[in-house]
Amino acid sequence: MAEPTQRKETREPWTDPRAVPYVRIENITKRFGDFVAVNNVSLKIYQKEIFCLLGGSGCGKTTLLRMLAGFEAPTSGSMSIDGEDLAGVPPYERPTNMMFQSYALFPHMTVEKNVAFGLEQEGLSKADIARRVDEMLGIVRLGELKHRKPHQLSGGQRQRVALARSLVKRPKLLLLDEPLAALDKKLREHTQFELINIQEQLGVTFIVVTHDQEEAMTLASRIAVMNRGEIVQIGTPRQIYEFPATRFVADFIGSVNLFDGRLAEDEPDHVRVQCEELPAPVFVDHGLSAPPEAQLWVAIRPEKFVVQRESPNRPDNWARGVIKDIAYMGDMSVFLIRLDSGRQVRVTQANIARKPEERFDWDETVYLTWEPSSPVVGTG
Amino acid sequence: MAPRNGRHVRAQPSAARLASPWAPLWQFIYRFGPPRWSDYLRRHWIGKPMVIAVPMLWLLLFFLIPFVIVLKISFSDTVIAQPPYTPLWEWAEEFGSRTLVIKAHLRGYTEMLTNSLYISSLLYSFKVAAVSTFYCLLLGYPMALGIARAEPARRNLYLMLVILPFWTSFLLRVYAWMGLLNNNGVINNVLQALGIIHAPITLMHTDFAVYIGIVYSYLPFMILPLFTNLEKHDQTLLEAAADLGARPWMSFLRITLPLSVPGIVAGSMLVFIPAVGEFVIPSLLGRPDQLMIGRLLYDKFFATLDWSLASAVAIGMLLLLVLPIVVFQHYQNRELLGKK
Repeated sequence: MAEPTQRKETREPWTDPRAVPYVRIENITKRFGDFVAVNNVSLKIYQKEIFCLLGGSGCGKTTLLRMLAGFEAPTSGSMSIDGEDLAGVPPYERPTNMMFQSYALFPHMTVEKNVAFGLEQEGLSKADIARRVDEMLGIVRLGELKHRKPHQLSGGQRQRVALARSLVKRPKLLLLDEPLAALDKKLREHTQFELINIQEQLGVTFIVVTHDQEEAMTLASRIAVMNRGEIVQIGTPRQIYEFPATRFVADFIGSVNLFDGRLAEDEPDHVRVQCEELPAPVFVDHGLSAPPEAQLWVAIRPEKFVVQRESPNRPDNWARGVIKDIAYMGDMSVFLIRLDSGRQVRVTQANIARKPEERFDWDETVYLTWEPSSPVVGTG
Repeated sequence: MAPRNGRHVRAQPSAARLASPWAPLWQFIYRFGPPRWSDYLRRHWIGKPMVIAVPMLWLLLFFLIPFVIVLKISFSDTVIAQPPYTPLWEWAEEFGSRTLVIKAHLRGYTEMLTNSLYISSLLYSFKVAAVSTFYCLLLGYPMALGIARAEPARRNLYLMLVILPFWTSFLLRVYAWMGLLNNNGVINNVLQALGIIHAPITLMHTDFAVYIGIVYSYLPFMILPLFTNLEKHDQTLLEAAADLGARPWMSFLRITLPLSVPGIVAGSMLVFIPAVGEFVIPSLLGRPDQLMIGRLLYDKFFATLDWSLASAVAIGMLLLLVLPIVVFQHYQNRELLGKK
């Protein structure tokens, strides 16, 4: 799992000021009547990226994708791919291809015909088409099923036909609308890595729309989190997870415990935040630019807590509570712990204890501690 | 009793009965009987056959039996009598005893096959029906497509407009076309007043007039099944085609048209089959020198009282129409079952 993502992170064109963006989206706005679906969005996407647009339903991510494909015209703003402006270019003349959420396979055509459709529109010779279709079907491992019709295929096979059909034209940009949503969990995980492999093999730039943050995490080189038609944060999966820019992102990505607090001590190298729901201040080992006494939010991921029976005996970064619920997940357990303030927090711990007496039990009083680098604080 | 694991649990004798000295008898009775009405209904559920029986009975009474009668008459000979045909069978004293004599005359069939009048009018009817069906399709397809792609709120209005002409009498509508197509009818008068033509052009009593009449009357039968088909089409397929580089016209040819074949077949059959036997329109608007088969049937039945020949022609026509009906059924089943 780590291997493909690792390779991506060593290659970060967005940190290089000389790099030329491949896809430019500048101040794009789309209105449907009074409703603003996409609000003044600007993005720079680099070649060979897998760029994820992540957000809940109705956040405008699909509308943005459809504007790139040419199915919707932006109300204002401009888009270009590889230096070519897209304004007024109909979908059938764009250098993009799309993989639809429903796959949109042509039901009356065989797998082979479905994949060949796009090439036939280019007026290639029969031999060329057959060669490229076979090559593509080989990549998605569907060679033996090429004479089947879509309804004779399983969900995963259909997904691969859709992928082959959208990739066979060698688009400059592949748009994927919830590519894995229709697959069951096991198949989804398997397909994610397959998708990354194919992308690396062909070197096509991907833009993926998804509402599933796990999918975005594993697939993406960078993620843009969207909310209400606006982009809230752009960053690598690690940046988005570890350093959410706003309360919305912190809450949306993964599960998190959010506390409201007040800035008590603001130094260049650390801050101390007083939270009503925590018995001790939260000490964070980085500075923050906020006015004194500012209202803040503090986010602590469930896996960053350390659970212990002994009192920690330190001035900050601890809390006490009673275990109200335990969910055993195999590799880890999820604890719901009610703090003395009445606030319930979610804590996950790896199941590494071998002896039964080391395990925590229902209604046990425990202490929670965390490292000064663990909490994320913000004002937005 | 509630069914358990698909089997029905038999009623058990009550505790009082089991406690009585007659318990073995009661157990015996409950084991093998008594038969109960509700048990019977459950085991031989007759609801489903009953539901199917109603339309079956209807078809039997008003289609199959009349058809058998016509079939019987087609094998008789014409006589001047009441009824005007010979019986197919009768009891006679022959070979020294009472005998059932079956006399099947083939006169009707030989006449139909040898007299060019019948063959030519049958061919003419098929030609008129085919041409009218083609024009119906040409006119109806864009209309059906337009309605199917219209805003959902507007669709019902458009469909209403398609069906609206049915609210006036069919005969009246055909008469109205006579008023339009006559030599001194509306069309000729307008064209003359505009100076486009100087003498009236003959529109009435031509093939053209028959086509107009049939296309006008049967157009809804083409539009409605086409609409039902086109409305179900997944619009993302067209987006996918466009995305893959197909221009709108190409998307139509490669996606919409092939997927609407079942609708085209259904609409065409609904127009073609009744158009072959159409009687009123060709009688009022058509050529006097070339009769369609429906008119011929009418003449034979009511004018010349040649029932056996008329029945033979009717049977012949039916046999010729069975072929397209079989095709229609095939496509309809395909449509109903969804995929191929």
